[in-house]
Amino acid sequence: MYPFYFIAIALIFYVAFAVVPSLMGIYLSFTDWNSYAKAINFIGLDNYRTIFSSDENYMHGIRNTAVFTVATIVLKTIIGLLLALMVNRGIRMKSFHRVVLFMPSVIPMLVVGIIFKSIYEPQHGLINEALRAIGLSSWTQHWLSDVRWAFKSVIAVDVWKGAGYIMVILLAGLQAISSSYYEAADIDGAGFWKKLRYITLPLLMPSLTVTTVLNLLYGLKIFDTVYVLTNGGPGYATDVVYTQVFSQFSLGSYGVGTALITVLFVIMTLMGFFAVKLMSREEQG
Amino acid sequence: MKSKRLQAAVANVAIGAISLIALIPILLIVINAFKTGAEASSMSFALPRSFRFDNFATVVEKGKLGRSFLNSFAYSGLAAIFCILFSAMAAFALSRNRSRLNRMLYFFIILGIALPLNYFTLIDVMKWTHLMNTRAGIVVLYMVTQIPFSIFILFGFVGGVPKELDEAGVIDGCGPVRLFFKVIFPVLRPAAVTVFILAFLNTWNEFLLPLYYLNSAQKWPMTLAVYNFFGQFQQSWNLVSADIILTILPVLIVYLLGQRFIIAGMTSGAVKG
Repeated sequence: MYPFYFIAIALIFYVAFAVVPSLMGIYLSFTDWNSYAKAINFIGLDNYRTIFSSDENYMHGIRNTAVFTVATIVLKTIIGLLLALMVNRGIRMKSFHRVVLFMPSVIPMLVVGIIFKSIYEPQHGLINEALRAIGLSSWTQHWLSDVRWAFKSVIAVDVWKGAGYIMVILLAGLQAISSSYYEAADIDGAGFWKKLRYITLPLLMPSLTVTTVLNLLYGLKIFDTVYVLTNGGPGYATDVVYTQVFSQFSLGSYGVGTALITVLFVIMTLMGFFAVKLMSREEQG
Repeated sequence: MKSKRLQAAVANVAIGAISLIALIPILLIVINAFKTGAEASSMSFALPRSFRFDNFATVVEKGKLGRSFLNSFAYSGLAAIFCILFSAMAAFALSRNRSRLNRMLYFFIILGIALPLNYFTLIDVMKWTHLMNTRAGIVVLYMVTQIPFSIFILFGFVGGVPKELDEAGVIDGCGPVRLFFKVIFPVLRPAAVTVFILAFLNTWNEFLLPLYYLNSAQKWPMTLAVYNFFGQFQQSWNLVSADIILTILPVLIVYLLGQRFIIAGMTSGAVKG
């Protein structure tokens, strides 16, 4: 009644276009594969030595990707949680706020990048204009071309885009918590913080785990916004793994690019494996 | 009691301010899309002196947006339809027949949610299948990227569909295909709508895949068209704004109409487990 070909169609596409390239990539990451040379030679670990060498610039990308991922997870989770807690209380126009706060996450990342390119613009951009208008001219910055600010500015854009998404997931988690816990806590005289610490956060843990995993997988693959806002610059200040992958693609040096993706592949598959284990355990429990 | 009311007031103001922060960049684009080039060069919140609706006509013509719109619509629409069809069939069989092999396959497929595509070796696969630089190729890739998450959502949903339906279908003489299309798929419709909307939005917003695998402007989707337009008309913020609006309008409409389903889909995976 449940024939295997029902599964096979999706499976074949998935294997052919996602799994096979990844496995081929593991092999080809040990070669000098290049779009300009016909022959492909085995060169052992050379590509990986290049990537992890301190003389090259790939480590910037790896470090930045890690910082970006951690920073955006922490900021989005804190802001998302605060928003969810506020919306969950008796806020007026609750659904209006929910619709508005979630809106940035449905706009293409690329478009968000273009919009913020205007907002960060040093001469006429909204942020510097606003700072001047309230008499804080000394605070104005070259947000995207100053090494001290560029990466923070990129992170801020991602937080703007993603916090509402986290809010919506956490809000659903909050609404699933039975109010009887809070009533019992009220009788015991627990205040806001105690309730947060001993009821809300522990019961929200499954949702927080999921948002963290989703953000992690998303952060490691960040590309569009960085590409538009700074294209990795100034220098390598905002370079991430995926912008490096794209420049290797344009340069035709497929061996190094494939090695970069393979590093991500190993990290993300391991994380995905644990995440899937974790989620299916919770489902049964 | 008084402090409670104060707390509520603070929360209302705070959330209002944050909602405003979420809205401002979008409002900025809307206002500037109606200005002249000179007015928009400062990208301010000043209202336009006169509303220049012709910006949109200019953008559609110069940016060849009509073509890109149809491309995007076809790519995302087809990818979402095939994705939902194949994912629902797979989720149905995987959920109903929980053999050891099937449980492994389910794991293996949803691991794809985490899998980063290898853009380099994928070129070879695209060439072998004659899909490089083709519209069909982009539809296939869009579909593949959405399959793991779709199966994840639908699998959970199929678990809640009573097995008695299958048995009734079998007694009525349905084969597997008829059973699936006549009995099961209609029941799956709420989840299917969610999956369709998510797949449509995600692929409409996709930028990297067409950047890597479509080299002719004729085949570009909206995202690539906007990016290219921005490159050419960086100084004309009024036109860039108009272009952006035309790109995000379909997404926002789908979002506003389908937000119930979107939120249901995003949280079904997240909250239940």
